[in-house]
Amino acid sequence: MNDSSSPKKYLGQSVERIEDATLLRGAAPYTDDIPVPVGTLHAAILRSPHAHADILSIDVTAAEQRPGVHAVLTGRDIKALTEPFLIVLRVPLDQWSLAVDRVRFVGESVVVVIAEDRYLAEDALEYIDVKYRPIEAVIGTMDATKDGAPLVHEAAGTNVVSRRDFSYGEPEDAFAKADKIVELTIDYPRNSQTPLEGFVVVANYLPGDESYDILSNFQGPFTVHPVMSKALRCKGSQLRMRSPAYSGGGFGVKQAIFPYVVLMCVASRKVGRPVKWVEDRLEHLTAAIAAPNRVIEAKAAVMNDGKIIGLHFEQWDDYGAYLRPPMPGPLYRQHGIMTGAYDVPNMTIVNNLVMTNKTPSGMVRGFGGPQIYYSIERLVHTVAVELDMDHLEIIKKNLIPAGSFPYRAAAGALIDSGDYQQALEIAERDGKLEDLQERRDEMRAAGKLYGIGYAAVVEPAQSNMGYLSTINTVEERKKAGPKGGNVAIATVNIDPLGTVSVTADSLPQGQGHGTILSQIVADELGLTPQEIIVNMERDTQRDPWSIATGNYSSRFSSSTVVSAQKAAQRVRAKLARIAAQTLNVPAEEIDFVGGQVFAKGNPENTLRFSRVAGTTHWSPGELPTDMAPGVTETVTWSAPELEPPNDKDQINTSLTYGFVFDFCGLQVDRVTGEVRIDRYVTMHDSGEILNPLLADGQVYGAFAWGLGIALSEEFVYGGDGSFLSGTFADYLCPTAPEVPEPQILHMVSPSPFTPLGAKGIAEGNVMSTPVCIANAVADATGQRDLRLPLSPSKIMGLIDDDEPPAPTRAASEILVKSDAKGGRGVTGSGSARAPAAIQTVWDTLLDPVKLAAVIPGCHQLDLVGENNYTAEVSLGVGAVRGRFTADVRLADLDPPNSVVLSGGLHGPLGASSGMGKVTLTASGESTRIDYDYEVVVTGKVVAIGGRMLDGASRVLVEQFFRRLIAQIEGQNEAGNSAGSWLSRLLKILGVGR
Amino acid sequence: MSQPIENQKQQVNFTLNGREVGGSAEPRKLLSDFLRQEMALTGVHVSCEHGICGCCTVRIDGKAVRACLTLAVQVDGRRVDTVESLAHAGELSDLQKAFRKHHGLQCGYCTPGILMSVEAFLEISPKPNEEEIRDMLGGHICRCTGYTGMVRAIKEVVEQRNEPVPLIEV
Amino acid sequence: MKPKGFEYLRAHSVEQALDSLASNGDDAKIISGGNSLMAMLNFRLLEPKVLIDISRLEALSGIEYKGDYLEVGAAATQAQLQAWPGLAERMPLLALAVPHIGHFQTRSKGTVCGSIAHSDPSSELPLCLALLGGSVVLRSKRGEKVLKAADFQLGMLSTACADDEMVVAVRFPVKRQGAGYAFTEVARRKGDFAIIAIAAEAVGGTIRLGIGGVADKPAVREWSDLATDALDDKLNELAWELGGNDDIHASAKYRRQLVRRLGREVIETAQENGVAVKETN
Repeated sequence: MNDSSSPKKYLGQSVERIEDATLLRGAAPYTDDIPVPVGTLHAAILRSPHAHADILSIDVTAAEQRPGVHAVLTGRDIKALTEPFLIVLRVPLDQWSLAVDRVRFVGESVVVVIAEDRYLAEDALEYIDVKYRPIEAVIGTMDATKDGAPLVHEAAGTNVVSRRDFSYGEPEDAFAKADKIVELTIDYPRNSQTPLEGFVVVANYLPGDESYDILSNFQGPFTVHPVMSKALRCKGSQLRMRSPAYSGGGFGVKQAIFPYVVLMCVASRKVGRPVKWVEDRLEHLTAAIAAPNRVIEAKAAVMNDGKIIGLHFEQWDDYGAYLRPPMPGPLYRQHGIMTGAYDVPNMTIVNNLVMTNKTPSGMVRGFGGPQIYYSIERLVHTVAVELDMDHLEIIKKNLIPAGSFPYRAAAGALIDSGDYQQALEIAERDGKLEDLQERRDEMRAAGKLYGIGYAAVVEPAQSNMGYLSTINTVEERKKAGPKGGNVAIATVNIDPLGTVSVTADSLPQGQGHGTILSQIVADELGLTPQEIIVNMERDTQRDPWSIATGNYSSRFSSSTVVSAQKAAQRVRAKLARIAAQTLNVPAEEIDFVGGQVFAKGNPENTLRFSRVAGTTHWSPGELPTDMAPGVTETVTWSAPELEPPNDKDQINTSLTYGFVFDFCGLQVDRVTGEVRIDRYVTMHDSGEILNPLLADGQVYGAFAWGLGIALSEEFVYGGDGSFLSGTFADYLCPTAPEVPEPQILHMVSPSPFTPLGAKGIAEGNVMSTPVCIANAVADATGQRDLRLPLSPSKIMGLIDDDEPPAPTRAASEILVKSDAKGGRGVTGSGSARAPAAIQTVWDTLLDPVKLAAVIPGCHQLDLVGENNYTAEVSLGVGAVRGRFTADVRLADLDPPNSVVLSGGLHGPLGASSGMGKVTLTASGESTRIDYDYEVVVTGKVVAIGGRMLDGASRVLVEQFFRRLIAQIEGQNEAGNSAGSWLSRLLKILGVGR
Repeated sequence: MSQPIENQKQQVNFTLNGREVGGSAEPRKLLSDFLRQEMALTGVHVSCEHGICGCCTVRIDGKAVRACLTLAVQVDGRRVDTVESLAHAGELSDLQKAFRKHHGLQCGYCTPGILMSVEAFLEISPKPNEEEIRDMLGGHICRCTGYTGMVRAIKEVVEQRNEPVPLIEV
Repeated sequence: MKPKGFEYLRAHSVEQALDSLASNGDDAKIISGGNSLMAMLNFRLLEPKVLIDISRLEALSGIEYKGDYLEVGAAATQAQLQAWPGLAERMPLLALAVPHIGHFQTRSKGTVCGSIAHSDPSSELPLCLALLGGSVVLRSKRGEKVLKAADFQLGMLSTACADDEMVVAVRFPVKRQGAGYAFTEVARRKGDFAIIAIAAEAVGGTIRLGIGGVADKPAVREWSDLATDALDDKLNELAWELGGNDDIHASAKYRRQLVRRLGREVIETAQENGVAVKETN
């Protein structure tokens, strides 16, 4: 149905948001604000402190007896009641919602406690005793691909669980005939846009029909609905997923709530009560999700004139410990458009999917785009450097020519529309590039490190639901049947008073989708946006939905809006027919303006909109024959251009493709390495703009995150897999002083493939900004290998000279010197002098009782074998204090000269293992004690306090030796009195006084 | 069964958004949880619970503070104001309207805390420049907006509030 | 992230607080602003049995100018200090440093003494106190004592405050005649923990340089009548002596380089400020 529409009165205008009056009052009900059923209990989750370990035993008896505790569930319960999550590959990478037998990343869920409230649930966590046997972890992506690397999933037999080669055009010829081959290796870090509202799930098991009623801030895609229902061994219809209308940010991340949905379903079933879980910030940063980090070897075959004739990418995309659907989406979402904005017909791609002992990867804004554009645009810049040509000239030489749209890219993307040359012209002119170039010259003449960066990006929107099947071979795809398309759904409904409400299959998280839908429907029906109520909740038992439902891949503006407009047009057509009957004119002559329905040629001949609309409710008998009563129109829509991958592995991965061209000027401080952005210009061709205010809002937001990616945000792991960025003091989101205001420019090339002509706009800067900034830093510093985020320290590491050597000085002045090893732990060494004979010192160290008195905070020590003790200790630095169980072993005894102490600690704050060698040397009346140690710490304490780890370890080691010396001194005074030691032992064991 | 002393609830009486209210809380109950769960003021949002994101910012005796770093028992006898106090007689305040006009919010999760900060800040610094505004906003994290819209909104409100009161001609 | 249970005592007098400390010892913690303490409680990094709230003690809420020094009571906030009328004139170093402490929304509650007592190696106020050679007033049932900053600050989060003692005030010496001051800080974001914080005082030919964020506690050096190139050697010596740690925000080498380069800059700024003061006098 292609009805005539009214002229656009609201669409395309900067209409203020209909959502804001509620949000600004603090009155928007987010998931955690919505009342829960009476009797709802609260969950808290115990998480693994180890990156890789076997679970030897879990003792929950003490926790079960804590006040307010209703149940404590472990992997055993989960395994009994659920199936492992389905994954895209036929590789055994089993994952449940709680760890079964083994943990594979720091933060993995191990035990869940269900209690009266969250405080009580967290109290009980401390009473759970999990015994782990740590296994060597593999953290580095390329380390995981090496022979002999520890296997994240032994059953898979490899960490590279998928590898596919693709070839398009004649890449061999291109690389053979190129004047030059430019190569660059990219190591893109792990990050996430970390929404401020964490995951929230309320699960209620309904025994009557054995169904689950879930309220959560799940954002889709509903491709994981079948994954959850299969895991729960229930029918899809028995899993009712409800998402509320307001969500505190998503950026893709809230897709990853699904394992917790399953976990809380089981919990509710077990306790027979509704169960609520609210993720906290430490849990979110540690264990929610990260965009996959990726290693990319990129090569360009170039001619001396700057023309790129071939590209090659080998990618190792790191999915962490488990492959959660819809992973490995980020590796394939860009597949059709791997040539970026450039007209390059020849390309090879090798995709490797790598598992490591890190948090599982997931959906994050940009979804593979930031990774691939970082490599393409850094590569193009490197081409310019190697050919000694202007970067912008190389870009221009290779852009897809104007007039060639729709353009079929080498790997299959059908780029709908655009004029990239014109976009560059506008950007250069209105963004005043020349001024910036002059500024660069001036700044450089003044001795400053100043650079200009560029980035050209094609921004995909509305993913082809079949793109991920590209991971399978042509034969496998034939067997499984073709996958493609997309589905968009919207409903327009009119009530008896003639007021209009709209629902649609997007689950917005702040984008203002409700406002845009109100603009579209208002225009079609001659109303104002304020008259339209939009309800963006979704309920899988009551609302129409598809696997494509949700808020991701910028699908709203090129897809969901189409269904809404079509539904409104159907409503309009229906109402026009009703009005035509009353007004006695043909339906084609009916118009809708200002709440009136009237004959176009005769505005006096009019009816109130509400009156016409009401007729369908009040007197269906008056309706034209063959017209159904009521007015509720639901339209589903899929674009024919989204075909399944073809036999040449070409895939049109997305429906629309916008264009972004950015440039910026920045200065790198020579002393501190800080990057100061001088000016940032971002040019967008996103097709038709539905609401300029909101569109720019998406650009500002994506830019700010792009800046975070470029300069400050990273999930950092130690080499042993310990997680080091568990707070917002260590995971650094840019704040207002760090975020400059970019200049936004627009041009409009409407998309011919979507009726409103609109493309996506929310992800472009996430792809363009990180690399634009990096290119400018490269231009400023002359450096080529830039790993994000470009922290001042990292930049100085690249450009700084060697530091002056340390002055020679007496070693004795430094008592303890230690340095952190790649953030994973602490090594140190030092010496002390004890005022006693070597044998006395030796005896003190070797005597368990004396040792107990020396270990800081030791309040119980048991001998569990020869030279092997366990101790209950309370360790702390300053106010920080935690209870630990220590295991201490003495080995390589060489009395009275040296001994090796090794062992570990574990407790609610984390776990550590370490080793230290103590060497004694007689020196006159006294004894010199030399020691060196290596301690690895993992778990909560490092995730929160990594900054303090080094100093804290030093304090504890110093404390140990201070106490040792004090002990020996006391011993001398006491004249080696055995009695005092015995009484001390009794005191330690709690039996003496 | 009597509760251990640390779990015994204590009476908390305070002025909340201009009304005298009373409730009871365990000593460890965070003010953010107390306002949400006991006082039903769900405009107080919880995000980091370690004082950095600023979502839970409320005003205590006029000062902008983190509710997650405050115990409910600590506000006994104090005046507490939350975002729910801003709109008057059903109408949004000038600041709220400016945020809407300039698209200073998207998901709205950080917004209540920011509004409370801005109000406290403008009382102390009625004519801040953009750098000072950004510096103050540095105590908040917003993941959606890139801060541009809210900076514009605040600047506009500063201008409006500093406009000389027109002389009324008699 | 919810704290473990504890008993809450809102002290009505310093004596009451001290009584509780005396009877509970290490199991009691003083809370005033609570910015650091509450975050640590939420993470369950510590589990006190009793929390003694001194934030409402009038007796401790003052900022008092006492001729040679400014005495800041344990309940006085950083915002109060920032707004103290004579700050720029009498306490130029504090006027430069205080805006770097956290944010508007944390200075409103965070106390000056709390920051000193917490002894975070990256904090600005312990650095200022050390550089100025200030002191800390400790009180317990046993009596009152005053420790020099250097004797109070022992290391990472560690101070000489005994279990039964509390910090009741800190004393910052006022600007010395003819002295110039400078302060700078490098942090990943505005208001973050300092990667390095540097403070300097220059009087005549004598300079005092304080470095925070590199070693486990603020380090202060005093040099007199140094030749220009001798300063480079001194800074290099200091940089190596402090060592610095690698963490996820910065390398040890980066920190040492900043000691050398910014150290010189800050000293020179302090000297210039000193000259400027002289000229205006």
